[in-house]
Amino acid sequence: MNESADEPLALSVEHLSAWYGTRKAIENITVPVLERHITAIIGPSGCGKSTLIRCLNRMHEVVRGARAQGVVTLAGRNIYAADVDPVDLRRQIGMVFQKPNPFPTMTIYDNVVAGLRLQGGWNTRELDEVAERSLRQAALFDEVKDIWKKAAGSSLSGGQQQRLCIARTLAVEPRVILMDEPCSALDPIATYRIEELMSELKAQYTIAIVTHNMQQASRVSEFTAFMLAEDDRIGRLVEYGETASMFTNPRDRRTEDYITGRFG
Amino acid sequence: MRPARRSRWRKARCRIFEALSTLCAAVAVIVLVAVIGYVLVNGARALNFDFFTQLPAPVGEPGGGMANAIVGTLIIVCIGALISIPTGVLAGIYLAEYGENRFADLVRFLADVLTGIPSIVVGILAYALVVVPMQKFSALAGGVALAVLMLPTVIRATEEMLRLVPGSLREASLALGAPRWKTILRIVLPTASGGLATGAMLAIARATGETAPLLFTAFGNSFWNTSLVDPMAAVPLQVFQYAISPYDSWHAQAWAGALVLVVLVLALSAAVRLVARPLQTQE
Repeated sequence: MNESADEPLALSVEHLSAWYGTRKAIENITVPVLERHITAIIGPSGCGKSTLIRCLNRMHEVVRGARAQGVVTLAGRNIYAADVDPVDLRRQIGMVFQKPNPFPTMTIYDNVVAGLRLQGGWNTRELDEVAERSLRQAALFDEVKDIWKKAAGSSLSGGQQQRLCIARTLAVEPRVILMDEPCSALDPIATYRIEELMSELKAQYTIAIVTHNMQQASRVSEFTAFMLAEDDRIGRLVEYGETASMFTNPRDRRTEDYITGRFG
Repeated sequence: MRPARRSRWRKARCRIFEALSTLCAAVAVIVLVAVIGYVLVNGARALNFDFFTQLPAPVGEPGGGMANAIVGTLIIVCIGALISIPTGVLAGIYLAEYGENRFADLVRFLADVLTGIPSIVVGILAYALVVVPMQKFSALAGGVALAVLMLPTVIRATEEMLRLVPGSLREASLALGAPRWKTILRIVLPTASGGLATGAMLAIARATGETAPLLFTAFGNSFWNTSLVDPMAAVPLQVFQYAISPYDSWHAQAWAGALVLVVLVLALSAAVRLVARPLQTQE
Protein backbone atom coordinates (compact mmCIF):
# COMPACT_ATOMS: atom_id res chain seq x y z
CA MET A 1 0.00 0.00 0.00
CA ASN A 2 1.23 3.46 -0.79
CA GLU A 3 2.49 5.41 2.19
CA SER A 4 1.28 8.93 2.75
CA ALA A 5 1.77 8.13 6.38
CA ASP A 6 2.90 11.49 7.60
CA GLU A 7 -0.46 13.06 6.94
CA PRO A 8 -3.06 12.82 9.71
CA LEU A 9 -5.89 10.36 9.31
CA ALA A 10 -9.49 11.44 9.71
CA LEU A 11 -10.72 7.86 9.54
CA SER A 12 -8.80 4.66 9.72
CA VAL A 13 -10.57 1.55 8.46
CA GLU A 14 -9.07 -1.76 9.58
CA HIS A 15 -10.23 -5.25 8.66
CA LEU A 16 -13.79 -4.15 8.04
CA SER A 17 -16.29 -6.76 6.90
CA ALA A 18 -20.02 -6.34 6.50
CA TRP A 19 -23.00 -8.64 6.02
CA TYR A 20 -26.59 -8.32 4.95
CA GLY A 21 -28.12 -11.08 7.02
CA THR A 22 -26.05 -14.11 6.15
CA ARG A 23 -24.66 -12.74 2.90
CA LYS A 24 -21.22 -11.26 3.20
CA ALA A 25 -20.94 -8.05 1.20
CA ILE A 26 -17.39 -6.82 1.87
CA GLU A 27 -14.41 -8.51 3.45
CA ASN A 28 -11.35 -7.38 5.33
CA ILE A 29 -11.13 -3.84 4.02
CA THR A 30 -8.24 -1.81 5.35
CA VAL A 31 -7.95 1.70 3.97
CA PRO A 32 -7.05 5.14 5.34
CA VAL A 33 -9.07 8.31 4.82
CA LEU A 34 -6.72 11.24 5.12
CA GLU A 35 -7.81 14.41 6.80
CA ARG A 36 -8.77 17.36 4.60
CA HIS A 37 -8.28 15.37 1.45
CA ILE A 38 -10.70 13.79 -0.95
CA THR A 39 -10.59 10.02 -1.13
CA ALA A 40 -12.47 8.32 -3.93
CA ILE A 41 -13.78 4.77 -3.80
CA ILE A 42 -14.20 3.31 -7.27
CA GLY A 43 -15.14 -0.03 -8.70
CA PRO A 44 -17.69 -1.78 -10.90
CA SER A 45 -21.34 -2.15 -9.89
CA GLY A 46 -21.88 -4.51 -7.01
CA CYS A 47 -18.32 -4.33 -5.70
CA GLY A 48 -19.46 -3.14 -2.29
CA LYS A 49 -18.37 0.49 -2.43
CA SER A 50 -21.73 1.81 -1.21
CA THR A 51 -21.71 -0.78 1.55
CA LEU A 52 -18.25 0.33 2.58
CA ILE A 53 -19.06 3.99 2.74
CA ARG A 54 -22.24 3.33 4.68
CA CYS A 55 -20.27 1.42 7.24
CA LEU A 56 -18.20 4.51 7.88
CA ASN A 57 -21.04 6.31 9.63
CA ARG A 58 -22.92 3.21 10.68
CA MET A 59 -25.76 3.86 8.25
CA HIS A 60 -25.27 0.27 7.17
CA GLU A 61 -26.96 -0.91 10.37
CA VAL A 62 -30.16 0.90 9.48
CA VAL A 63 -31.03 -1.98 7.16
CA ARG A 64 -32.67 -4.83 9.06
CA GLY A 65 -30.34 -7.75 9.61
CA ALA A 66 -27.25 -5.87 8.47
CA ARG A 67 -24.10 -5.89 10.58
CA ALA A 68 -20.47 -4.95 10.35
CA GLN A 69 -17.33 -6.11 12.03
CA GLY A 70 -13.95 -4.47 12.25
CA VAL A 71 -12.37 -1.30 13.50
CA VAL A 72 -13.09 2.15 12.14
CA THR A 73 -11.23 4.79 14.08
CA LEU A 74 -12.38 8.39 14.26
CA ALA A 75 -10.32 10.76 16.41
CA GLY A 76 -8.75 7.87 18.22
CA ARG A 77 -11.97 6.01 19.04
CA ASN A 78 -13.40 2.97 17.34
CA ILE A 79 -16.86 3.90 16.11
CA TYR A 80 -17.96 0.30 16.46
CA ALA A 81 -17.13 0.18 20.15
CA ALA A 82 -20.02 -0.81 22.37
CA ASP A 83 -20.25 2.55 24.10
CA VAL A 84 -20.51 4.61 20.92
CA ASP A 85 -23.93 6.04 20.07
CA PRO A 86 -24.54 5.82 16.32
CA VAL A 87 -26.82 8.87 16.47
CA ASP A 88 -24.04 10.99 17.94
CA LEU A 89 -21.56 9.55 15.50
CA ARG A 90 -23.60 10.61 12.50
CA ARG A 91 -23.41 14.21 13.66
CA GLN A 92 -19.68 13.94 13.17
CA ILE A 93 -19.74 11.98 9.96
CA GLY A 94 -22.35 13.30 7.56
CA MET A 95 -23.63 11.80 4.35
CA VAL A 96 -24.85 13.06 0.99
CA PHE A 97 -26.85 10.58 -1.05
CA GLN A 98 -27.09 9.72 -4.70
CA LYS A 99 -30.55 11.10 -5.25
CA PRO A 100 -31.01 14.54 -3.69
CA ASN A 101 -33.45 14.16 -0.80
CA PRO A 102 -34.54 17.51 0.61
CA PHE A 103 -37.44 17.26 3.03
CA PRO A 104 -40.50 18.01 0.89
CA THR A 105 -42.62 19.66 3.57
CA MET A 106 -39.90 22.15 4.48
CA THR A 107 -38.68 25.40 2.98
CA ILE A 108 -35.07 25.80 1.80
CA TYR A 109 -34.19 27.47 5.08
CA ASP A 110 -35.92 24.79 7.16
CA ASN A 111 -34.08 22.12 5.21
CA VAL A 112 -30.67 23.63 5.88
CA VAL A 113 -31.27 23.96 9.62
CA ALA A 114 -33.17 20.67 9.92
CA GLY A 115 -30.17 18.90 11.38
CA LEU A 116 -29.76 21.57 14.05
CA ARG A 117 -33.46 21.71 14.84
CA LEU A 118 -33.52 17.94 15.26
CA GLN A 119 -30.74 18.37 17.81
CA GLY A 120 -32.55 21.15 19.57
CA GLY A 121 -31.31 24.09 21.60
CA TRP A 122 -30.66 26.68 18.91
CA ASN A 123 -32.31 30.08 18.74
CA THR A 124 -33.48 31.77 15.55
CA ARG A 125 -30.58 34.20 15.24
CA GLU A 126 -28.04 31.38 15.54
CA LEU A 127 -29.97 29.31 13.01
CA ASP A 128 -30.07 32.20 10.55
CA GLU A 129 -26.31 32.62 10.80
CA VAL A 130 -25.60 28.94 10.35
CA ALA A 131 -28.04 28.70 7.46
CA GLU A 132 -26.43 31.56 5.57
CA ARG A 133 -22.93 30.28 6.23
CA SER A 134 -23.78 26.75 5.09
CA LEU A 135 -25.56 27.94 1.97
CA ARG A 136 -22.57 30.13 1.08
CA GLN A 137 -20.23 27.20 1.60
CA ALA A 138 -22.44 25.15 -0.69
CA ALA A 139 -22.38 27.94 -3.28
CA LEU A 140 -26.15 28.19 -3.15
CA PHE A 141 -26.83 31.28 -1.04
CA ASP A 142 -26.87 33.86 -3.81
CA GLU A 143 -29.32 31.82 -5.83
CA VAL A 144 -31.84 31.37 -3.05
CA LYS A 145 -31.39 34.25 -0.65
CA ASP A 146 -34.61 35.95 -1.72
CA ILE A 147 -36.80 32.89 -1.47
CA TRP A 148 -35.09 30.69 1.07
CA LYS A 149 -37.70 31.13 3.76
CA LYS A 150 -40.63 30.79 1.41
CA ALA A 151 -39.88 28.29 -1.33
CA ALA A 152 -40.06 24.56 -0.69
CA GLY A 153 -36.79 22.66 -0.78
CA SER A 154 -38.16 20.43 -3.48
CA SER A 155 -38.90 23.35 -5.81
CA LEU A 156 -35.22 23.71 -6.76
CA SER A 157 -33.54 22.07 -9.72
CA GLY A 158 -31.73 18.76 -9.25
CA GLY A 159 -28.29 20.32 -8.97
CA GLN A 160 -29.53 22.97 -6.56
CA GLN A 161 -31.27 20.33 -4.46
CA GLN A 162 -28.05 18.42 -4.14
CA ARG A 163 -26.21 21.56 -3.07
CA LEU A 164 -29.02 22.12 -0.59
CA CYS A 165 -28.43 18.64 0.79
CA ILE A 166 -24.73 19.43 1.04
CA ALA A 167 -25.54 22.69 2.88
CA ARG A 168 -27.80 20.71 5.20
CA THR A 169 -24.93 18.34 5.96
CA LEU A 170 -22.46 21.22 6.42
CA ALA A 171 -24.76 22.99 8.89
CA VAL A 172 -24.20 20.25 11.41
CA GLU A 173 -20.43 20.82 11.07
CA PRO A 174 -19.28 17.24 10.69
CA ARG A 175 -15.64 16.26 10.65
CA VAL A 176 -16.03 13.98 7.67
CA ILE A 177 -18.44 14.16 4.75
CA LEU A 178 -19.32 10.93 2.99
CA MET A 179 -20.77 11.16 -0.50
CA ASP A 180 -22.42 8.20 -2.17
CA GLU A 181 -22.35 8.90 -5.91
CA PRO A 182 -23.58 12.47 -5.37
CA CYS A 183 -23.56 13.41 -9.04
CA SER A 184 -25.04 10.36 -10.75
CA ALA A 185 -28.50 11.87 -10.84
CA LEU A 186 -27.29 15.23 -12.15
CA ASP A 187 -26.53 16.72 -15.55
CA PRO A 188 -22.90 17.52 -16.50
CA ILE A 189 -23.06 21.21 -15.61
CA ALA A 190 -24.55 20.54 -12.19
CA THR A 191 -21.93 17.82 -11.76
CA TYR A 192 -19.17 20.25 -12.57
CA ARG A 193 -20.43 22.74 -10.00
CA ILE A 194 -20.55 20.09 -7.31
CA GLU A 195 -17.02 18.98 -8.14
CA GLU A 196 -15.87 22.60 -7.85
CA LEU A 197 -17.65 22.78 -4.53
CA MET A 198 -15.85 19.70 -3.31
CA SER A 199 -12.50 21.24 -4.14
CA GLU A 200 -13.40 24.28 -2.07
CA LEU A 201 -14.71 22.22 0.82
CA LYS A 202 -11.66 20.04 1.22
CA ALA A 203 -9.76 22.92 2.79
CA GLN A 204 -11.95 22.49 5.82
CA TYR A 205 -13.55 19.04 5.61
CA THR A 206 -12.47 15.50 4.93
CA ILE A 207 -14.40 14.00 2.05
CA ALA A 208 -14.84 10.41 0.95
CA ILE A 209 -16.72 9.92 -2.28
CA VAL A 210 -18.03 6.80 -3.94
CA THR A 211 -18.21 7.15 -7.68
CA HIS A 212 -18.66 4.87 -10.62
CA ASN A 213 -17.30 7.62 -12.86
CA MET A 214 -13.56 7.18 -13.17
CA GLN A 215 -13.01 10.51 -14.82
CA GLN A 216 -14.67 12.18 -11.87
CA ALA A 217 -12.42 10.26 -9.49
CA SER A 218 -9.34 11.35 -11.35
CA ARG A 219 -10.51 14.98 -11.52
CA VAL A 220 -11.59 15.40 -7.97
CA SER A 221 -9.74 13.07 -5.63
CA GLU A 222 -6.23 12.92 -4.29
CA PHE A 223 -6.39 9.33 -3.14
CA THR A 224 -8.32 6.44 -4.63
CA ALA A 225 -9.34 3.02 -3.42
CA PHE A 226 -10.29 0.45 -6.03
CA MET A 227 -12.66 -2.33 -4.99
CA LEU A 228 -13.71 -5.45 -6.78
CA ALA A 229 -16.06 -8.35 -6.15
CA GLU A 230 -14.91 -11.64 -7.60
CA ASP A 231 -17.10 -14.64 -8.37
CA ASP A 232 -18.07 -15.05 -4.73
CA ARG A 233 -19.63 -11.56 -4.89
CA ILE A 234 -17.73 -10.40 -1.85
CA GLY A 235 -16.17 -6.97 -2.23
CA ARG A 236 -12.48 -6.60 -1.45
CA LEU A 237 -9.96 -3.81 -1.70
CA VAL A 238 -7.66 -4.35 -4.64
CA GLU A 239 -5.51 -1.24 -4.55
CA TYR A 240 -5.20 2.06 -2.74
CA GLY A 241 -2.93 4.94 -3.57
CA GLU A 242 -2.50 8.45 -4.83
CA THR A 243 -4.96 9.08 -7.61
CA ALA A 244 -2.40 10.39 -10.07
CA SER A 245 -0.12 7.38 -9.84
CA MET A 246 -2.95 4.87 -9.69
CA PHE A 247 -4.45 6.09 -12.91
CA THR A 248 -1.19 6.38 -14.81
CA ASN A 249 0.67 3.46 -13.32
CA PRO A 250 -1.53 1.01 -11.46
CA ARG A 251 0.22 -1.76 -9.61
CA ASP A 252 -2.46 -4.42 -9.86
CA ARG A 253 -3.45 -5.95 -13.16
CA ARG A 254 -7.14 -5.83 -12.28
CA THR A 255 -6.92 -2.11 -11.56
CA GLU A 256 -5.35 -1.55 -14.91
CA ASP A 257 -8.08 -3.60 -16.61
CA TYR A 258 -10.81 -1.59 -14.92
CA ILE A 259 -9.25 1.77 -15.62
CA THR A 260 -8.62 1.05 -19.24
CA GLY A 261 -12.18 -0.11 -19.63
CA ARG A 262 -11.63 -3.80 -20.26
CA PHE A 263 -14.47 -4.49 -17.88
CA GLY A 264 -16.82 -2.67 -15.52
CA MET B 1 -61.68 -13.83 -43.26
CA ARG B 2 -59.85 -11.47 -45.51
CA PRO B 3 -57.76 -8.75 -43.82
CA ALA B 4 -60.17 -5.88 -44.47
CA ARG B 5 -63.14 -7.73 -42.98
CA ARG B 6 -61.06 -8.87 -40.01
CA SER B 7 -60.07 -5.32 -39.14
CA ARG B 8 -63.65 -4.10 -39.47
CA TRP B 9 -64.83 -6.83 -37.11
CA ARG B 10 -62.05 -5.95 -34.64
CA LYS B 11 -63.03 -2.30 -34.66
CA ALA B 12 -66.67 -3.23 -34.16
CA ARG B 13 -65.80 -5.43 -31.17
CA CYS B 14 -63.83 -2.53 -29.73
CA ARG B 15 -66.79 -0.22 -30.00
CA ILE B 16 -69.21 -2.77 -28.57
CA PHE B 17 -66.97 -3.24 -25.56
CA GLU B 18 -66.63 0.48 -25.08
CA ALA B 19 -70.40 0.91 -25.29
CA LEU B 20 -71.03 -1.86 -22.77
CA SER B 21 -68.57 -0.37 -20.27
CA THR B 22 -70.11 3.07 -20.67
CA LEU B 23 -73.56 1.56 -20.15
CA CYS B 24 -72.52 -0.12 -16.92
CA ALA B 25 -70.88 3.04 -15.66
CA ALA B 26 -74.06 4.94 -16.50
CA VAL B 27 -76.12 2.42 -14.54
CA ALA B 28 -73.87 2.95 -11.53
CA VAL B 29 -74.19 6.71 -11.80
CA ILE B 30 -77.96 6.48 -12.24
CA VAL B 31 -78.27 4.40 -9.10
CA LEU B 32 -76.20 6.85 -7.09
CA VAL B 33 -78.05 9.84 -8.45
CA ALA B 34 -81.36 8.10 -7.77
CA VAL B 35 -80.47 7.48 -4.13
CA ILE B 36 -79.26 11.00 -3.56
CA GLY B 37 -82.10 12.48 -5.56
CA TYR B 38 -84.78 10.50 -3.76
CA VAL B 39 -83.41 11.44 -0.37
CA LEU B 40 -83.05 15.03 -1.49
CA VAL B 41 -86.60 15.34 -2.79
CA ASN B 42 -88.26 13.60 0.13
CA GLY B 43 -86.00 15.06 2.76
CA ALA B 44 -86.10 18.65 1.60
CA ARG B 45 -89.85 18.69 2.19
CA ALA B 46 -89.44 18.23 5.91
CA LEU B 47 -86.35 20.33 6.29
CA ASN B 48 -86.96 23.63 7.97
CA PHE B 49 -85.38 25.77 10.63
CA ASP B 50 -87.26 23.89 13.35
CA PHE B 51 -85.65 20.67 12.24
CA PHE B 52 -82.29 21.93 13.34
CA THR B 53 -83.40 23.61 16.52
CA GLN B 54 -86.31 21.71 18.02
CA LEU B 55 -86.58 18.52 20.01
CA PRO B 56 -88.72 15.67 18.71
CA ALA B 57 -92.39 16.40 19.19
CA PRO B 58 -94.66 13.91 20.95
CA VAL B 59 -96.67 11.55 18.77
CA GLY B 60 -99.47 13.23 16.91
CA GLU B 61 -98.15 16.75 17.39
CA PRO B 62 -96.81 18.47 14.29
CA GLY B 63 -93.40 20.02 14.00
CA GLY B 64 -90.45 19.20 16.17
CA GLY B 65 -86.99 18.44 14.94
CA MET B 66 -83.82 16.50 15.42
CA ALA B 67 -81.65 19.11 17.05
CA ASN B 68 -80.66 16.83 19.91
CA ALA B 69 -79.89 13.99 17.51
CA ILE B 70 -77.63 16.19 15.38
CA VAL B 71 -75.72 17.37 18.44
CA GLY B 72 -75.69 13.82 19.74
CA THR B 73 -74.18 12.44 16.54
CA LEU B 74 -71.46 15.07 16.68
CA ILE B 75 -70.66 14.25 20.31
CA ILE B 76 -70.64 10.47 19.86
CA VAL B 77 -68.55 10.60 16.68
CA CYS B 78 -66.15 12.94 18.47
CA ILE B 79 -65.72 10.46 21.31
CA GLY B 80 -65.15 7.69 18.79
CA ALA B 81 -62.60 9.78 16.92
CA LEU B 82 -60.76 10.80 20.08
CA ILE B 83 -60.38 7.16 21.05
CA SER B 84 -59.65 5.61 17.68
CA ILE B 85 -57.51 8.20 15.89
CA PRO B 86 -54.59 8.52 18.32
CA THR B 87 -54.59 4.77 18.96
CA GLY B 88 -54.90 3.95 15.29
CA VAL B 89 -52.17 6.38 14.21
CA LEU B 90 -49.74 5.04 16.81
CA ALA B 91 -50.53 1.47 15.82
CA GLY B 92 -50.04 2.42 12.17
CA ILE B 93 -46.68 3.98 13.03
CA TYR B 94 -45.63 0.77 14.75
CA LEU B 95 -46.65 -1.34 11.75
CA ALA B 96 -44.94 0.91 9.23
CA GLU B 97 -41.73 1.73 11.09
CA TYR B 98 -41.07 -1.24 13.35
CA GLY B 99 -43.34 -3.87 11.94
CA GLU B 100 -41.29 -6.56 10.22
CA ASN B 101 -42.10 -9.32 12.68
CA ARG B 102 -44.71 -11.93 13.53
CA PHE B 103 -46.49 -9.71 16.00
CA ALA B 104 -46.96 -7.00 13.39
CA ASP B 105 -48.35 -9.54 10.94
CA LEU B 106 -50.81 -10.62 13.59
CA VAL B 107 -51.89 -7.05 14.18
CA ARG B 108 -52.43 -6.51 10.47
CA PHE B 109 -54.44 -9.68 10.18
CA LEU B 110 -56.62 -8.80 13.16
CA ALA B 111 -57.19 -5.30 11.82
CA ASP B 112 -58.41 -6.78 8.56
CA VAL B 113 -60.69 -9.18 10.43
CA LEU B 114 -62.06 -6.30 12.49
CA THR B 115 -63.02 -4.50 9.28
CA GLY B 116 -65.34 -7.33 8.42
CA ILE B 117 -67.09 -7.75 11.77
CA PRO B 118 -70.77 -6.81 11.52
CA SER B 119 -71.42 -3.48 13.17
CA ILE B 120 -74.15 -4.94 15.35
CA VAL B 121 -71.65 -7.35 16.83
CA VAL B 122 -69.44 -4.40 17.68
CA GLY B 123 -72.47 -2.85 19.35
CA ILE B 124 -73.01 -5.95 21.46
CA LEU B 125 -69.35 -5.88 22.38
CA ALA B 126 -69.60 -2.29 23.56
CA TYR B 127 -72.78 -3.23 25.42
CA ALA B 128 -70.95 -5.94 27.32
CA LEU B 129 -67.87 -3.83 27.96
CA VAL B 130 -69.36 -0.46 28.82
CA VAL B 131 -73.13 -0.54 29.30
CA VAL B 132 -73.26 -3.52 31.64
CA PRO B 133 -70.59 -2.32 34.09
CA MET B 134 -72.06 1.18 34.03
CA GLN B 135 -75.58 -0.20 34.39
CA LYS B 136 -76.87 2.35 31.91
CA PHE B 137 -76.80 3.36 28.28
CA SER B 138 -74.49 6.24 27.48
CA ALA B 139 -72.90 8.34 24.80
CA LEU B 140 -69.58 6.95 26.00
CA ALA B 141 -70.64 3.42 25.13
CA GLY B 142 -71.72 4.62 21.70
CA GLY B 143 -68.40 6.35 21.24
CA VAL B 144 -66.53 3.18 22.17
CA ALA B 145 -68.54 1.16 19.67
CA LEU B 146 -67.81 3.64 16.89
CA ALA B 147 -64.16 3.74 17.89
CA VAL B 148 -63.89 -0.03 17.42
CA LEU B 149 -65.41 0.36 13.96
CA MET B 150 -63.10 3.21 13.02
CA LEU B 151 -59.90 1.69 14.35
CA PRO B 152 -58.98 -0.71 11.51
CA THR B 153 -59.53 1.97 8.88
CA VAL B 154 -57.25 4.42 10.69
CA ILE B 155 -54.57 1.78 11.32
CA ARG B 156 -54.43 0.57 7.73
CA ALA B 157 -54.60 4.07 6.24
CA THR B 158 -51.81 5.29 8.53
CA GLU B 159 -49.59 2.33 7.74
CA GLU B 160 -50.07 2.72 4.01
CA MET B 161 -49.50 6.48 4.02
CA LEU B 162 -46.34 6.12 6.09
CA ARG B 163 -45.01 3.44 3.79
CA LEU B 164 -45.48 5.85 0.90
CA VAL B 165 -42.97 8.22 2.46
CA PRO B 166 -39.72 7.42 0.62
CA GLY B 167 -36.98 5.70 2.60
CA SER B 168 -34.54 8.32 1.33
CA LEU B 169 -36.13 10.90 3.63
CA ARG B 170 -35.67 8.69 6.66
CA GLU B 171 -32.06 8.09 5.62
CA ALA B 172 -31.46 11.82 5.21
CA SER B 173 -32.73 12.44 8.72
CA LEU B 174 -30.74 9.59 10.27
CA ALA B 175 -27.60 10.75 8.46
CA LEU B 176 -27.98 14.15 10.13
CA GLY B 177 -27.69 12.47 13.50
CA ALA B 178 -31.36 12.29 14.44
CA PRO B 179 -32.61 9.34 16.49
CA ARG B 180 -35.27 7.09 14.98
CA TRP B 181 -38.19 8.38 17.02
CA LYS B 182 -37.45 12.00 16.11
CA THR B 183 -37.15 10.98 12.48
CA ILE B 184 -40.61 9.45 12.64
CA LEU B 185 -42.22 12.30 14.55
CA ARG B 186 -40.60 15.32 12.88
CA ILE B 187 -39.97 14.11 9.34
CA VAL B 188 -42.04 11.07 8.38
CA LEU B 189 -45.31 11.97 10.08
CA PRO B 190 -45.51 15.55 8.75
CA THR B 191 -44.71 14.32 5.25
CA ALA B 192 -47.58 11.84 5.46
CA SER B 193 -49.96 14.18 7.26
CA GLY B 194 -52.22 14.76 4.27
CA GLY B 195 -52.77 11.06 3.82
CA LEU B 196 -53.35 10.56 7.51
CA ALA B 197 -56.00 13.28 7.50
CA THR B 198 -57.67 11.50 4.60
CA GLY B 199 -57.73 8.21 6.48
CA ALA B 200 -59.16 9.86 9.56
CA MET B 201 -61.88 11.61 7.61
CA LEU B 202 -62.87 8.42 5.81
CA ALA B 203 -63.14 6.63 9.13
CA ILE B 204 -65.26 9.45 10.52
CA ALA B 205 -67.50 9.49 7.47
CA ARG B 206 -68.21 5.80 7.92
CA ALA B 207 -68.85 6.06 11.63
CA THR B 208 -71.27 8.96 11.26
CA GLY B 209 -73.83 6.84 9.50
CA GLU B 210 -73.67 3.74 11.66
CA THR B 211 -76.93 2.76 13.33
CA ALA B 212 -76.63 -0.81 14.63
CA PRO B 213 -73.77 -0.21 17.06
CA LEU B 214 -75.67 2.65 18.67
CA LEU B 215 -78.86 0.66 19.22
CA PHE B 216 -77.90 -0.70 22.58
CA THR B 217 -75.10 1.60 23.52
CA ALA B 218 -76.17 5.19 23.08
CA PHE B 219 -79.78 4.00 22.88
CA GLY B 220 -81.22 7.35 21.81
CA ASN B 221 -82.89 10.11 23.75
CA SER B 222 -85.91 12.31 23.10
CA PHE B 223 -84.60 15.16 25.18
CA TRP B 224 -81.60 17.40 25.32
CA ASN B 225 -78.61 15.66 26.81
CA THR B 226 -74.97 16.56 26.66
CA SER B 227 -73.87 14.32 29.50
CA LEU B 228 -71.53 11.62 28.27
CA VAL B 229 -72.72 9.09 30.81
CA ASP B 230 -76.38 9.19 29.87
CA PRO B 231 -78.27 7.89 26.80
CA MET B 232 -77.86 10.20 23.84
CA ALA B 233 -79.75 10.75 20.61
CA ALA B 234 -78.10 10.27 17.24
CA VAL B 235 -79.38 10.99 13.76
CA PRO B 236 -79.21 7.39 12.43
CA LEU B 237 -81.02 6.14 15.53
CA GLN B 238 -83.72 8.73 15.17
CA VAL B 239 -84.14 7.97 11.49
CA PHE B 240 -84.52 4.30 12.32
CA GLN B 241 -87.06 4.99 15.03
CA TYR B 242 -89.13 7.29 12.81
CA ALA B 243 -88.92 5.10 9.75
CA ILE B 244 -90.41 2.05 11.45
CA SER B 245 -93.17 4.06 13.07
CA PRO B 246 -96.67 4.25 11.57
CA TYR B 247 -96.82 8.06 11.51
CA ASP B 248 -96.49 10.08 8.32
CA SER B 249 -95.07 13.14 10.00
CA TRP B 250 -92.34 10.98 11.49
CA HIS B 251 -91.66 9.40 8.12
CA ALA B 252 -91.10 12.84 6.66
CA GLN B 253 -88.69 13.66 9.46
CA ALA B 254 -86.89 10.38 8.85
CA TRP B 255 -86.30 11.45 5.25
CA ALA B 256 -84.97 14.77 6.46
CA GLY B 257 -82.64 12.97 8.84
CA ALA B 258 -81.45 10.74 6.03
CA LEU B 259 -80.76 13.85 3.96
CA VAL B 260 -78.70 15.37 6.75
CA LEU B 261 -76.62 12.19 6.95
CA VAL B 262 -76.06 12.01 3.21
CA VAL B 263 -75.03 15.67 3.07
CA LEU B 264 -72.65 15.15 5.99
CA VAL B 265 -70.97 12.15 4.35
CA LEU B 266 -70.80 13.93 0.98
CA ALA B 267 -69.22 16.98 2.61
CA LEU B 268 -66.61 14.83 4.36
CA SER B 269 -65.79 12.98 1.14
CA ALA B 270 -65.41 16.26 -0.73
CA ALA B 271 -63.12 17.51 2.01
CA VAL B 272 -61.05 14.34 1.65
CA ARG B 273 -60.68 15.02 -2.07
CA LEU B 274 -59.57 18.58 -1.42
CA VAL B 275 -56.91 17.45 1.02
CA ALA B 276 -55.71 14.59 -1.17
CA ARG B 277 -55.29 16.53 -4.41
CA PRO B 278 -52.29 18.70 -3.40
CA LEU B 279 -50.65 15.50 -2.17
CA GLN B 280 -50.94 13.87 -5.57
CA THR B 281 -49.51 16.81 -7.49
CA GLN B 282 -46.51 16.82 -5.16
CA GLU B 283 -45.56 13.33 -6.25
